Amino acid sequence: MKFAGLLVMPAGFLLSIAAILLFPPSLSRVAFVACGVAVEAMGLAVSIRGHMMGERR
Amino acid sequence: MIAPASLPFTETEFALTLALLLVAPLAPAGVALLNTGLGRSRSAAQSLLGSLLLVAAASLVFAVVGATVADGVAGSGHIAIINGKPWNWAGTGSWLLQGLGTAPARGQAAVLFYFVALALAVLIPWGSGADRWRLTAGAASAVLIGALFFPFFAHWTWGGGWLSRLGVNFSLGAGFLDVGGAATVQVLGGLCALAVIWITGSRRGKFPKEGFSTAMPGHNAVYILFGCLVALVGWLAFNMAGALLWLGAAPSALPLTAVNTLLSASGAIAASFTLTRIRFGKPDASLCANGWLAGLVTSSACASLVSPMGAIFTGLVAGIGVPLLVEFLELGVSLDDPSGAISVHAGAGLWGLIAAGLFAPQPGQFVAQLMGIATLLGLMLPLIYFVFMLLNRFVPFRVDADGERIGMDLHELGGGAYPEFVVHRDDSYR
Repeated sequence: MKFAGLLVMPAGFLLSIAAILLFPPSLSRVAFVACGVAVEAMGLAVSIRGHMMGERR
Repeated sequence: MIAPASLPFTETEFALTLALLLVAPLAPAGVALLNTGLGRSRSAAQSLLGSLLLVAAASLVFAVVGATVADGVAGSGHIAIINGKPWNWAGTGSWLLQGLGTAPARGQAAVLFYFVALALAVLIPWGSGADRWRLTAGAASAVLIGALFFPFFAHWTWGGGWLSRLGVNFSLGAGFLDVGGAATVQVLGGLCALAVIWITGSRRGKFPKEGFSTAMPGHNAVYILFGCLVALVGWLAFNMAGALLWLGAAPSALPLTAVNTLLSASGAIAASFTLTRIRFGKPDASLCANGWLAGLVTSSACASLVSPMGAIFTGLVAGIGVPLLVEFLELGVSLDDPSGAISVHAGAGLWGLIAAGLFAPQPGQFVAQLMGIATLLGLMLPLIYFVFMLLNRFVPFRVDADGERIGMDLHELGGGAYPEFVVHRDDSYR
């Protein structure tokens, strides 16, 4: 579970990079970069939860 | 952000930067004291010796390898062209710091700044692995931080790398702003701390199978609180040196940076004091210390960019958020972080970077700050974790059960930090 979260996080980074490469300065660029960070946050949450389940086992 | 040598640097500015950077090592000294105080008495000598060893190991490897990657001037470096835009991803400095004595003044000061920043960055995870992280493994991790993680990110933010050029290439404000090392030092160190905790696991008896987690308070509140005062002096100097080097600030702008640093820390400790008093009936010394440090960490991102009222606001938010995050990470998700590094350094650092984007006058600055955060979380954290995990196979991070029982001092050094004191038995091993 921890690994799954850690593998999701680079996807969020690539989403952010793609946003600044593909979009001109606009609200959609801001939204896509924010979505990339949100994906990373979800990956982090999954990793932390995976660690928590391991500690409590 | 500007890069070394891209702006003139007068003799006065050089002398001032040099003087500030000679005081700035008090920041890592304060953090080392805090780490030691927040650990157990039977690991105190190992903690402080480890601090020296980690700084030495990281400095040596940075001088040999890291400075080559970190160094750079605007427009130079290893550049990849993607979608018609230049992406400067690594510096082209000389090996073994050759030619440092004859380099431009700003470049020389930048190298000194890197060394102080690196010393601070390697001490952050060391506190999180307290009481179980072996000395040799800590030193090996510091080598990797000094050779790999820190140099690349420092180049991207300070050495004319792609994050610092986001403004020029993609119209994102002034590019990613990290004047006092909130990202390159604090968040990077905090993410290393998270990786270390994931790999070493918690201290024995910290999270019993039934019931709540066991409280393992720091052994010396005097070290903790005095460390906060020492860190303040170092932080003031470090933030001002960063403003001179990376913002091109005039010396007349430095008092505002210093005042904002102090106000941010003051706002944070006031908030932590009030919050812990309301929640627990009495203020908690170690959480107030964490709040103070969180204010300083936040100031690393904002002190040169916001008004005094803005500095108080960012400090207040950090001072409320960090004690709550410390509690959540321990009780909610079972992360055993003795020094609170994840909350203080990563949490407050991220908040500072966001606040710097919110308060900045340039359009697009907020997105530039988000890009820096995305790089830290999406690229650096997985990289750090997988590299540390690989290192753990060759140099095991965690001490054996017997070593943890007798304490790191006796196990690794053969003697304790307080040989004349009676060390109490630990109930958590029953």
